[in-house]
Amino acid sequence: MKFTAPHIEYDLLSPILIVLAVAVLGVLVEAAVPRARRYVVQVSLSLVGIVAALVAALLVMSRINPTSDKPKSGYLAAVDALALDGPTLFCWVLILVLALLGVLLFAERRLEGGVTAFAGQASALPGTEAERQASAMGLEHTEVFPLMMFAVSGMLMFPAANDLLTLFVALEVLSLPLYLLCGLARRRRLLSQEAALKYFMLGAFSSGFFVYGNALVYGYAGSMQFDNIAFAVSSGSGSEALLLGGMGMLAVGLLFKVGAAPFLAWTPDVYQGAPTPVTAFMAAATKVAAFGALLRLFYVAFGGARWDWQPMFWIIAIATMVVGSVLALSQTDVKRLLAYSSVAHAGFLLTGFLGARSLTDIAPGDLNPVQAVLFYVTTYGLTTMAAFAIVSVVRDGAGEVTQLSRWAGLGKESPLVAGSFAFLLLGMAGIPLTSGFTGKWAVFASAASAGAWPVVIVAVLMSAIAAYFYVKIIVVMFFSDPIGDGPSVTVPSVMTSSVIAVGVAATFVLGVVPGPLLDLLGRTAQFIR
Amino acid sequence: MSTTPFIILSAILFTIGAVGVLTRRNALVVFMCVELMLNASNLALITFSRANGNLDGQIAAFFVMVVAAAEVVVGLAIIMTIFRTRRSASVDDASLLKY
Repeated sequence: MKFTAPHIEYDLLSPILIVLAVAVLGVLVEAAVPRARRYVVQVSLSLVGIVAALVAALLVMSRINPTSDKPKSGYLAAVDALALDGPTLFCWVLILVLALLGVLLFAERRLEGGVTAFAGQASALPGTEAERQASAMGLEHTEVFPLMMFAVSGMLMFPAANDLLTLFVALEVLSLPLYLLCGLARRRRLLSQEAALKYFMLGAFSSGFFVYGNALVYGYAGSMQFDNIAFAVSSGSGSEALLLGGMGMLAVGLLFKVGAAPFLAWTPDVYQGAPTPVTAFMAAATKVAAFGALLRLFYVAFGGARWDWQPMFWIIAIATMVVGSVLALSQTDVKRLLAYSSVAHAGFLLTGFLGARSLTDIAPGDLNPVQAVLFYVTTYGLTTMAAFAIVSVVRDGAGEVTQLSRWAGLGKESPLVAGSFAFLLLGMAGIPLTSGFTGKWAVFASAASAGAWPVVIVAVLMSAIAAYFYVKIIVVMFFSDPIGDGPSVTVPSVMTSSVIAVGVAATFVLGVVPGPLLDLLGRTAQFIR
Repeated sequence: MSTTPFIILSAILFTIGAVGVLTRRNALVVFMCVELMLNASNLALITFSRANGNLDGQIAAFFVMVVAAAEVVVGLAIIMTIFRTRRSASVDDASLLKY
């Protein structure tokens, strides 16, 4: 039997390869570089790697030119395992930007008085002499940077995956490092470890469903390639039961990652327990990757079976928005509240996802659903990241203060921080002149033009409920008197400050001039197969 | 040879795994049930590979095995940390985060 070596397009895949190389180098740095110098080496290595990958991604993007006479809307790379088209490259750039901000949050040292927010020594038990020694010596785990790079490489592969196997491997590569990162908080380590356990257990359970769905769809179509699956769906040859079962089980795996109902149980616990920089990175970047993958899987592979999956997603979108918004009302912890709000946002994103319709039905100038969802996830990602960054600077002697009641009067003590947080919350609520408004308008318009009226009505109602709990935080911060033992704002280094500044600026700019980004997405939001 | 019995066996194994995850308390047993689900998927992949007459499913089974091995490393690390801290591997005891 003759073996032909596969052809790999190294130039097209360079963003993923650079990030993976940096991750592997990071592991070597842990082994070879003395402890005192690791932090500087790791941080600069990660930053340089991400910037290089970003440049590489932009170079690949410039090779896709849909305006030329002969449209080349994308490339299939690595023996058709990865599809590099407009949506993929947009997700890549966005994920890399979020990862860049994430590294800055991970590297913040001033808030904890000279060490990062991660456990000094994860193997030292909480509350023991070993832990006290580790923190007295100022130990810190610099392994978090390579772990994050591995997660980023998985996130880059996830929206590009063009077959089920690549999708599964990417899912695991992005998840496994995140499980570990969740358990590495310096303070409140029991909560952090519990969050890691819950995230891992439920994540492994959902990936079990994902693999079985994988097998069923393979049994149906006889191939794992998305275009072959699409062909099998349109010819309707295989067993319907295998297709429906497989589609449902694949959806379980992906909806778990985006935190949609009924698979949201992990979201509040993990967002609350994980170290805040990890929460910020995870909340923003995982959603981008997971929605990129969800769009490609269901539009490209299962686009022909739209009438089978759309009713299921109607129900899921409605349930997600209702559960997220209603449960957020009763929350007393800021991180937990933001977690439930992220569930509600997943519901709004699913509303945009329901805008799926055949390409001939989309009039020129109409919003297409991919464009709407990617725009929304951009605004949400940048806003959320800054919001969690602000949560990490409100502290007292025992670390971050996340009880909402203790934030009373923060607006009087630190108007700048409280004002930024209020602006970001208004952005999430979707007040006009913020990016959230444009995002919501885009996803609702996309769903409405596909006839998903009931979902849009629920979505509008739920945005009103969501606005209530966002405004509740603002009222607590600005219109109630400070309580005696309230937290104060620790002035962070330039790293966290710049994350907050970028988030606030993006929330404002994308709200006032959303046109350029929407146009860019309109031109590029076309899947290839 | 008919491949249907193998698919039925894999469905039974998968169900045992899924029910086990939902009902067992010990984190290690829950984890073993997850592995059972993955292995049931492997059986289904290989069976469909034979039914379809191509090798994609068999190759996928190798990938699933490798991923499962990586998952074991991460999972056992997390479970062991929890056990050392709390002297218990029961998933019911990890209940500080709720509502």
